[in-house]
Amino acid sequence: MSALWSLLRRDLLLALRRPSEVLTVVFFFVVVAALFPLAVGPERATLRMLAPGVLWVGALLASLLALNRLFEADHHDGTLEQMLLSGTPLTLLVVAKIAAHWVLCGLPLVLLAPLLGVLFDLSGDALGVLALSLLIGTPVLSCIGAIGAALTLGLRGGGVLLALLVLPLFVPVLVFGAGAVEALAAGLGSGAHLSILMALLLLSGLFSPWACAQALRIALE
Amino acid sequence: MLPHTGLETRDLACERGGKTLFEGLNLSVSPGQSLHLQGDNGSGKTSLLRLLCGLAVPLVGQVLWAGQPTTQAREDFLRDMLYLGHALALKEGLSALENLQFAAALSGQPWVPDAAVQALHQMGLRGREHLPLQILSQGQKRRVALARLGLSPARLWLLDEPFVALDSAACGVLQGLMQTHVARGGMVVFTSHQAVNLASGDNRSHRLGRA
Repeated sequence: MSALWSLLRRDLLLALRRPSEVLTVVFFFVVVAALFPLAVGPERATLRMLAPGVLWVGALLASLLALNRLFEADHHDGTLEQMLLSGTPLTLLVVAKIAAHWVLCGLPLVLLAPLLGVLFDLSGDALGVLALSLLIGTPVLSCIGAIGAALTLGLRGGGVLLALLVLPLFVPVLVFGAGAVEALAAGLGSGAHLSILMALLLLSGLFSPWACAQALRIALE
Repeated sequence: MLPHTGLETRDLACERGGKTLFEGLNLSVSPGQSLHLQGDNGSGKTSLLRLLCGLAVPLVGQVLWAGQPTTQAREDFLRDMLYLGHALALKEGLSALENLQFAAALSGQPWVPDAAVQALHQMGLRGREHLPLQILSQGQKRRVALARLGLSPARLWLLDEPFVALDSAACGVLQGLMQTHVARGGMVVFTSHQAVNLASGDNRSHRLGRA
């Protein structure tokens, strides 16, 4: 267990000392969300209709940005070998890696989304559901993305391949995430969408660390 | 016959890029012994070490630890083994102490800051304990990685080219560490191109590839 905590702590500490990567993700999200209202025009009804989709696509692409670096540094400097040889199961260590990635590249998006939602004239309820859908949805993106990152580890041009691999798997998250906010606006309630997102989170949370560990073992052989 | 308490290989074979590097390799390292792996570039020294520690799976053959295949008794083996590869597993953004702390946590050892400072001093890094690693030289980074040897309770050390980039003083310290470890009943398997004279103990060498 202590290995997990120190891995999580180490990743956060490293990001704190070299914050450019995390800032890129956050900056990208903010810029996309801020430019849309300018480009589309000040029509409130249009903006409100666009908001869930735009913010969700922005969050999805932003979290994709940092994905290919998830295991790369540890692979490059040999830490991954030591992780494989530590007594702690690799599957658990991967959980810590994914958790750190989400705290750094997912959580900021969740916190910023309600603020950016104001630009699109979303109501208070809608802002709440947007944040909630991202809170459940972004960890799914991290979990699925980690599998892609592990599979493309050490490949040249792995970034493009990674995007091709994970984007189709991101689609359900996007549909139900943005759908939750739209359903609320349509007066249907967002419970169903959020439940499905939660199911996706449980499924990917259970499956992803194991799949990542297998892929990493193959990458290191 | 008493069960073997060290590391053994049985009929180990390794293939890389369609070329057989070695086959039918039977090695044995008992407590209190060191094994110096020699061979030309590309003769399979690093591949052999990766097979021994379990990072790679042998094509044929087995690696045994205390008489048990390491694939079965993996947890016991990992607890008893320390592998230092070409890549040092150090983070540039962390200080020497932070790196050692993380390495200790990863291998499940208790963290004793005083002992870590001592180990760094022993490797000649006095006054550099808290500097970020990116401003240290290549040799100093290697010294930080080697400081793990002094902290680890592992009985078996697998060291891949540990003398690379070290100055003569550090080479001396490392040889001293290896000697004490072997004298205490530890085991060392290492690769090196230079002649290494461990003054005491049972020191063997094995040459890979056709001479």
